[in-house]
Parts: sequence; structure tokens; C-alpha cells
Amino acid sequence: MNKVSRRKFITAGLGAAAGVAGVATAAGIARRYGLIPPDSGGIFGPGETLTYAAQRLLTRHSLAREFPRSMISKVPFANELAPFNDAFKRQQAAGFADWRLTIDGMVAHPTSFSVSDLKSLPVSSQITEVVCEEGWSYVAQWIGTSLSEVLNLCGLLPQARYIVYFSIQPDWWDSIDMADAFHPQTLLTYAMNDGDLPVGFGGPLRLRVPRQLGYKSVKFITHLTATDSLKHFGKGLGSASPEGGYAWYAGI
Amino acid sequence: MTVSYICYARSVWSSSPCYPSDVSAPLRASDSPRHAAFVRVTHWITALCFFALLISGAEIVVSHPRFYWGETGNDLTSTLFKIPIPASRNLVPTGYGYVLPDQNGWSRYLHFQAAWAVVLTGLLYAVWGLWTGHFRSNLFPAPADRTWRAIWGVIAKHIRFSRPHPSEALSYNVVQRASYLIVIFVLFPLVILTGLALSPAFNSAFPFVVNSLGGRQSARTLHFFITIFLVLFLIVHVAMIILAGFVSRMRAMITGTVVTGIAVTESAVIASAMTASQSSPEALRQLHGPITEERT
Repeated sequence: MNKVSRRKFITAGLGAAAGVAGVATAAGIARRYGLIPPDSGGIFGPGETLTYAAQRLLTRHSLAREFPRSMISKVPFANELAPFNDAFKRQQAAGFADWRLTIDGMVAHPTSFSVSDLKSLPVSSQITEVVCEEGWSYVAQWIGTSLSEVLNLCGLLPQARYIVYFSIQPDWWDSIDMADAFHPQTLLTYAMNDGDLPVGFGGPLRLRVPRQLGYKSVKFITHLTATDSLKHFGKGLGSASPEGGYAWYAGI
Repeated sequence: MTVSYICYARSVWSSSPCYPSDVSAPLRASDSPRHAAFVRVTHWITALCFFALLISGAEIVVSHPRFYWGETGNDLTSTLFKIPIPASRNLVPTGYGYVLPDQNGWSRYLHFQAAWAVVLTGLLYAVWGLWTGHFRSNLFPAPADRTWRAIWGVIAKHIRFSRPHPSEALSYNVVQRASYLIVIFVLFPLVILTGLALSPAFNSAFPFVVNSLGGRQSARTLHFFITIFLVLFLIVHVAMIILAGFVSRMRAMITGTVVTGIAVTESAVIASAMTASQSSPEALRQLHGPITEERT
């Protein structure tokens, strides 16, 4: 080994060590500030982490685009649904009069709301677009209670970092971080385009997360849990989506 | 027909054994520097990412092979156009009686990971290119070449299938330069911008991008069309490499050097003479005698 190549070797070695140390430091900082998504393991982890971290730094408070009434889609598209289970069918037969939304986990006052309880809370309305990962979209008016309103009523504890939400349908659950949970447009939706929320669009209760793709807006919500860790939910990837091969963070 | 065409092209353009004997002068083989290491590394990272983006993008399109114009569009609205293929989702009215397997999960993960890799690589390349003068010296056409006459000269040579001058292995002609500049500074930025305009979170922070593109579905349609242009570029790019001498051009982009039959200094003189005076290869040949063909 001659002098020049040894020098090159040492320089390259130091450069590589500095690079590894830099990445490790960045990962540590990202973890401390909650910039690592729960599905950051595996070969696609770096891309997911970059997307989530960049968006949390740049778009934490931004509002999803709202549209004029004239842009509400004449023919909104209700996506395909799995066959309803018996629990849903019983509720449907009773006209959803007994539908409850239970809130527990890291809250001071675990509470159960009926849809009419939710309707007695301040009304929030938005005309936003539903964007499916497949590529299609439509605009509708969504009416409901902002999630932050309900979380404040239940006394969310400061150590909570995620809200996990469950559909009455099996294996359909998801979660959002606090930036989205307290985002003013994140909506417990019970009405659409001036009528009750139709079953095809998630009625009687759907959580709308308009800054993320449609699959984060889970239909037929019955249960919310506040937690500081997603490790013990399902496979620990944050939602049913990564278990089916889809990203947890769907803001893209 | 196709076979004879390729044979013809090989015999005329490449350094294959059937090379015409009249210019097979004795060789003084030597390596001439061609592509900087930075260009080679970023080129191949970009090539790999483009391939990943193309495959995963095609898989995503299969889930909804319908395109629209404006803000919204779905299975219940009219389309701008449809791709006549079966879809990977049940409800898409394709006219086919079956549904393809859904590949969107890994395709989306791969699409965005490759997008990050190519965007970061492209940013490094842009900074490096400005810093080192790469764009100015290697990609922006020389003043004498910025004429329709010069451009037409290159096109006419290609139409006549005339053999590329050896010095063309050392520098790009004006049409190549224009093509690469359009890809780097027009198509890549547009495909990134139209892609970002499909992100609901990006659109919440930077709504003017998607709005100025005419809405979300317009952005998706444009993203598709720009991809088509990039694929057309890729096809021509690869075809020209094959016709001009696959081994020589690949060697230049992998090892960074081209083997020239003429000494480095002499080839540099000819290359600079060509750039400066825009002399034709024929004129240079008269000046310097027969110029030996590049060897691979």
C-alpha cells in the first residue's frame, strides 16, 4: 500500500465514520421529536421516515384545501366495503340509535358518546376532497365534531402521543399522531352534504383526516384510545394498513 | 428487415470487425477521460431509481387506469381517457371480467423511497454541476452550436445514418446537449412537481402548486404524460447508445474513459478545434489525415 492510497483509505474511513455518526445523530434527534413513523423498520423504512419527518417539519399546521360549494361532486364515489358483520347489521336495523363512541386510554375521564351527544357539541363543517391511493377523488361537505373538541372533553393526558381508532368492522383500525389528532380539520363526521352520513360513506360515524389519503378516514368508528406507544396494538406497526402492506402515514 | 437494419447500423456505426477497411489505420490506443466519477455515480443511481419508479408507478396506475382533467374524477364521472387494461380493483369499470392482483402496497412504498433517492441525488447533482461548471462546459451548447443550422446538421447526419465522428465519443453534440438539458431542467422538475401535487399533505402546505396545475386530477394526468415523455427519452437514449457503440458508451459511463485510437492530446485538440470552429469531420480528416476509429 503506497502513501497516497493509505491517505485515501484513512480519509474514506473517517468520512464513512462521520457519515454513520451523522445518520445516528439525526435518527436520535428524529426519535426525540417524534419524527419516526411506527412502520419505519424494513427496507422501505428510510423513505417512510423521510416523508413523515419532512411533512411534520413543513406541514404540521397547514390546512387541507377547502373548496366552494359549487365544487361539491355531483356523484361522490362510495368505495367497496367488506360484508357487514352482525354487530353492524344489528345497529343498522335499529337505525343506529344505539351507536356509541367509546373513548379510553390516556384520558382523565373515559367517556362514551352517542351520535346525538356528538351533535350537541360545537359543529364543524368543511368542504374537502377525499383522495384515494388508487388515484380517484371527489369533493364533499363533511359535518361533525372536531376530534380535538372531544379529546379536550375527555381530558387527554399530556403523555399521550397517538390516538388509535377502531371500526365496528373487524381488522379495521388506524392511528394518528397528535399533530393530526388536534388538527382543526380532523373531524368525527356524522353528516355529509346536508344529510346524515350515508352508510356507503362511513355512516353513522367516520373519522375524517383530510390531510391524508382516504384509507386513514376509517368508517363506522366505535372506539378511540389514547396511548403513548403503538407497540401493543396489532403487530405494532401503527395500524392495520402496514399489516396489509400499506404505509401508516398516508399524507405522502 | 429489422435484422438487416441492425446489421447495417452495426457495420456502419460500431467498431465491429466488419468495419470498412479504408480507415483502419494503425491504432495507438489510449484512454481519454470522458465522464467524471460524480456524473457516473449519479447517472446510475438515477437510472436505478427511474426503473423502480416506472415499475411501481405502472402498478399504481393498474389500480385505476382512468385519467381525468380538473380537481376530481372517479368511477362515476367521465374520463379524459382510459388505458384499455384490466384493473387491480373490483369496482373499476374496465370491461374485463377479471381483476388483477393488487400490488399497490409495496409499489407505493417503493415509489416514494425511490423518489426520495432520486430527488436527493438530483439536488446533489445540480449543486455539483453548478459548482464545477459541468452544465456550462458539458451541457450548454457552445455559442457556435446555438443555431438552427448546427442543429439541422446533426439531425441530417442522423437521418443519413452517417458514422459518428470519433471525437463525438468525447463530447456531446448540440442535439444531445439540448435533449439532456430538457430532461434535467424541464422534465425532471415537472415530474417531481406533478408528483408532489398528488400528496394531500403537500397540497395543504403548498396549495398553489396543485391549483396552478389545474387541480388534483390534472396533476395526476400530467404526471402520467411527463412519464411517457421520459420513457420516450429513455428509449431513444438506449437506442442511440446501441447504435453509436454499446460497449464504448457503457464503458465511458462505467469506468469514465473512452478508448481512442488517437493520443489524448491529439483528440483533445480535435475536440476543441471542432467546438471552436465547427469544422466538419471531413474537413478535420483532411487536416489531420485519417482519424482512427475508437476501439473498445
